[in-house]
Amino acid sequence: MILSKVTLNTLIPGERCVIERIESGTISVRQRLLEMGLTKGTNVELIRFAPMGDPIEISVRGYRLSLRRVEAESVIVSKNSHQ
Amino acid sequence: MNSLKTEIQLRHIAIIGNPNAGKTTLFNALTGMRQKVGNYPGVTVEKKEGRIIFEDGSEAVLLDLPGTYSLTANSPDEKIATDILLGRVDHTPLPELVVCVVDASNLERNLYLISQIIDNRLPAVVALNMFDVAERDGLKIDIQKLSAELGVKVIPTVGSKSLGIEELKAAIAGHVEPSSRSRQWILPAPVQEECDELKGLLQQMHRLSEPIAFHEAIVLLTSPSALSEHNDRFAPGLIEHVKRDHQKLDLLGIDRHSVVVESRYEWIKRVCSAATVSHRRRGMSASDKIDQILTHRVWGFVIFIGLMTIMFQSIFSWANVPMELLGDSFNWVGAQVYAMMPAGDLRDLIVNGAIGGVGAVVTFLPQIIFLFLFIGFLEDTGYMARAAFIMDRMMSKVGLHGKSFIPLLSSFACAIPGIMATRTIESRKDRLVTMLVAPLVSRSARLPVYALMIAAFIPRKTVLGIFSLPGLTLVAMYLLGLTAALSMAWVFKKTLLKSEAPAFIMELPPYKMPSFKSVLLHMWERSILFLKRAGTIILGVSIVLWFLATYPKLERASPSEQLNQSFAGRAGHLIEPIIKPLGFDWKIGIGLIGSILQREVFVSTMGTIYNIKDAKHERGNVSLREHLQQDVDPVSGVPTFTALTAICLMVYYVLAMQCMSTVAVVRRETNGWKWPLFQISYMTALAYSVTFIVYQIGLVLAEG
Repeated sequence: MILSKVTLNTLIPGERCVIERIESGTISVRQRLLEMGLTKGTNVELIRFAPMGDPIEISVRGYRLSLRRVEAESVIVSKNSHQ
Repeated sequence: MNSLKTEIQLRHIAIIGNPNAGKTTLFNALTGMRQKVGNYPGVTVEKKEGRIIFEDGSEAVLLDLPGTYSLTANSPDEKIATDILLGRVDHTPLPELVVCVVDASNLERNLYLISQIIDNRLPAVVALNMFDVAERDGLKIDIQKLSAELGVKVIPTVGSKSLGIEELKAAIAGHVEPSSRSRQWILPAPVQEECDELKGLLQQMHRLSEPIAFHEAIVLLTSPSALSEHNDRFAPGLIEHVKRDHQKLDLLGIDRHSVVVESRYEWIKRVCSAATVSHRRRGMSASDKIDQILTHRVWGFVIFIGLMTIMFQSIFSWANVPMELLGDSFNWVGAQVYAMMPAGDLRDLIVNGAIGGVGAVVTFLPQIIFLFLFIGFLEDTGYMARAAFIMDRMMSKVGLHGKSFIPLLSSFACAIPGIMATRTIESRKDRLVTMLVAPLVSRSARLPVYALMIAAFIPRKTVLGIFSLPGLTLVAMYLLGLTAALSMAWVFKKTLLKSEAPAFIMELPPYKMPSFKSVLLHMWERSILFLKRAGTIILGVSIVLWFLATYPKLERASPSEQLNQSFAGRAGHLIEPIIKPLGFDWKIGIGLIGSILQREVFVSTMGTIYNIKDAKHERGNVSLREHLQQDVDPVSGVPTFTALTAICLMVYYVLAMQCMSTVAVVRRETNGWKWPLFQISYMTALAYSVTFIVYQIGLVLAEG
């Protein structure tokens, strides 16, 4: 089992991960994601994709948050991969 | 005067909380129906105030601050909330006490805002709302421990069942202190040092109080945009100091932007683990199970389309019954007054100007009531966020937010409820764009014009075996409106109202049973606001239009000559050279001017021009059609109306802002004349150029 770093949008429904950092994205998006609780070390689970594939729904700090794939792309997470 | 005096003497209390924390329900429970809605000066944010009456009969003003996740001022709503809590808003006194509404079932994220409020050293009481939901989810909260950790009183409440309201009131009525504990979240040492130093400087140089200086110091040190935004508020020396601090912290490898948020959440984690025990069951909650269907690839769409059809049906056809009833009653009242009063200008003014104008406003009410009932239920159950979640992909293609879908759909029936529905969109720019394009898709008011033109000039042919040409023309007009709306939205988002990235970071709250009281209250509030704000403008315009179409008076003239010679008639002649390239003559010119208030007036104006009574009713309409078909230019003998003119007229009506009620509502919603005036200009320009192109191409095709 190794720890791999990916972006949040690459997860599949049901997959869990831990937030590393929020990298790119505009200042206000970054600020908002942080304030919504996506800080370093936070556990996140990808719940589902919207019917048309975008946005995505995640579970964080006990509540549900939706964000677009482009926004999720700026969130770097680490997950356990079994390869 | 008396009420003004007491207003100033009363205690001012603010209520604040995250969206979906149940703040509005608590506000309603605390104030009952004693509410009033206004605007903050200079911004489009709504200001809602109410009165609390305490057990001993004393009163206080309760200010409902916009729902917000933080005091970092990302949006206009948050900025207002922040500014009020810092005492920076004109005509709004610094609240003596803040009631913080916290969703007990979503404690961690909700406490983020609370940590900011506690920092401001304002006397605060926490209403731990939705306490029942937290317990049901298996979360045990030790109220006393939580209260001790936060240093403020914590009252458990269930707003939807009116539980804990009296206790909350009693807590507010008593003497409340700022948090008894000093700030507990800990910044990394280097940041803390710089922060303390800067705080000292701010206290010295700008005479700020300790909590405000601390707030400003944090913002200056860590907010990426603080320096550019607040440059003029601080001494140049201080700005230089901040810049040096930034360099120092950056060199140390500290992420200035995330450090404060992270430190606060660290503290929140500690508070939560001290005050709560979670027995959360693993597996799916009821809300999850509902979502599996409602956001399902196939069923999600089916249910969404079904719900939208019902909503559309309700504003488009069900609302028609009461609308016609209201219209008929106003006609009846008009007829009664007409019969009772002696003939003369005053009678005309009252019957045609005043009663007609008020009637025009009031007949919209059923649509607004239906739409807001619907939206209220969708919002209150939590489905609204899912609707945006489902539709966002499509809306994002033109640069809009998923939440723009419902307002646009409602606009199909009528732009007025559609524009009022844009309230659910938080982003100011997205909201404006949606408002600007909403009238383009609306059509119900244009239907009488379309019906007249299509019946008179579009041949009843069958195309491709099954489609009728008139039907196809009608569909083409809808599509034209929709295409225009989406393209203009795209253009506005690319140019005028360009916003950073169209962020879609939206909470999906758990489903819950709607509170009927809240939904009804919301509907009531919207309806009254519409009547008050839009009503006065529409009444004024309808009286002016009546005047223009009636004066100067002629002796013994037929209604047709009278209209022809009136100010409106002369204006029709005056604009003929301008509208000639569109294929319109002065008669249509008068029709266009007369229908500024409402598009459907075009039909009755045409009726007056051609001296036909009852153009609105079936027989009159048929004879108006024949007159239009037979009308020829007295000089050239060319028919005035052709199929091309009819199409041009319809195209013009699709794109032009021919509805004063919509203008009035946009003015009310944007809190100023700037946007409605812009909207009239761009839509008229758009209508003119497209109609021009259609007419000129049509002429070439007709010749060739």
